[in-house]
Amino acid sequence: MSEHEVTVTVDGSAERATVEARRLLVHALREEWGYTQPNVGCESGKCGACTVEMDGDVVKSCCVLAVQADGSEVTTVGGVDGAPEGLAEVDAGDPRATPAGDNDEFGPVQRSFHEEHGLQCGYCTPGMVLRARDLLADIPDPSREEIREGLKGNVCRCTGYENVVDAVEAAAAKLEPIETDGGTAGQADTVDGGAPTGGDD
Amino acid sequence: MIPPQFDYERPTSLDAALDAVAPPDAVPLAGGHDLIPMLKARSVSPGTVVDLGGLDELRGVERVADEGDTTTEQLSVGALTTDADLLDAAPTGADALLDATRAVGDAQIRNRGTVGGNLAAAHPASDIPAATLAADATLHLVGPDGDREVSAEGFATGDHETVRASDELLTRISVPLAPDAGSAYARKTHPSTGYAAVGVAARLRVVDGVVIGPRVAAVGLCDAPTRLAAVEDRLAGADAGAPVEAVESATTRAGDGVDAPVREDHIVSADQRRALLPKYAEQAVSEALARAVGREGVVA
Repeated sequence: MSEHEVTVTVDGSAERATVEARRLLVHALREEWGYTQPNVGCESGKCGACTVEMDGDVVKSCCVLAVQADGSEVTTVGGVDGAPEGLAEVDAGDPRATPAGDNDEFGPVQRSFHEEHGLQCGYCTPGMVLRARDLLADIPDPSREEIREGLKGNVCRCTGYENVVDAVEAAAAKLEPIETDGGTAGQADTVDGGAPTGGDD
Repeated sequence: MIPPQFDYERPTSLDAALDAVAPPDAVPLAGGHDLIPMLKARSVSPGTVVDLGGLDELRGVERVADEGDTTTEQLSVGALTTDADLLDAAPTGADALLDATRAVGDAQIRNRGTVGGNLAAAHPASDIPAATLAADATLHLVGPDGDREVSAEGFATGDHETVRASDELLTRISVPLAPDAGSAYARKTHPSTGYAAVGVAARLRVVDGVVIGPRVAAVGLCDAPTRLAAVEDRLAGADAGAPVEAVESATTRAGDGVDAPVREDHIVSADQRRALLPKYAEQAVSEALARAVGREGVVA
């Protein structure tokens, strides 16, 4: 067996550890460095509870060795704030919106999960929020079908997904693409119309 | 679920990677979505895991003109190109490959999973091998004795079995891009695994209103990707002007001539897979035909 010195920037902080080669990134995050928002769920790459951003891409941290993340930038849900990349919040004046001052450290996606009750036990929520942000960055105004397809890698055993889809729709309504010269922020990651949707595969 | 102990190496050149995978107990690691779950389940126990992530030379997608025939091109996909990067590149003329890549796992998995890793892992229900088989792609291997090419047809031999020797690495995949060909992939997702219960890729050309050179391949059906000869035979020469009839008559008995054992598990039986096959063959062939008709006449 081999042990390796790794340095990973997690939510902006440089974290170091000596890890066995077999150490999974999710275990290093939780147990070496105390970032407990990525959860350990199915441990087989299906449920998405361990989702983090690694160098800008959402990944399942139970399917990455900690040593593979050496030199990477990892963002957990605790490290995100504000709107997803390429989007800005519009002041929609939603009367149901969380009052100012309550949860104002949360960005629009987290607040929408709160307001629409897009969770019950909350175990899947860190992964759901990170993937929802990533989805909205790709497709700023997704259909319900695109949301379901887009979240297929994140399993929720409580909600039946209705409120999760509501939450992502509500977040989309709070956001608009930032005008750029290139205008590519809204490029769609289209989905296979032939595949059945639903989050339980 | 903790993997067993192993050593880890991350070579930064192809030569160093070949040295690292030379010992019989060394295994290459690409995107990790086949190997790492197997390590956690302890169904494999390698001495050394050789992370190929440092081999930037094996990433990227480019179009290459065919030697000797300037009217056709090959799409050259570096083996370590992630599924997401292939989809972002969105090369035209490789629709079935893009359809199949889009069907892989989910967004997080496509961000890590690689095209070459998918093929080399040879999961029997993986999507991409259907597209490479239908496209008559070529897989490029390098080993201690040099390079060799293997057709997609000859690559996978069974469940997680290929002709790749343990000291060889898959470096890139060449996919022919006939500009007037149409291709598509359709699948029934397995309700438990998320892989294909059955998946079918089809590729064909339409010349003077007639279907030419159809290739149709299924995954999830048998342990290795399987050509659907009955569909190909009935489709060749069919009238593209009557696509509904042509496709239906070609795909109704899509499983005829499939001699290898059909897979089954406690959720999807072999009979169900055979019963699902015509519908997904029909979807794939219909879409491939529509795309080919859309491209007919592109090349004078």
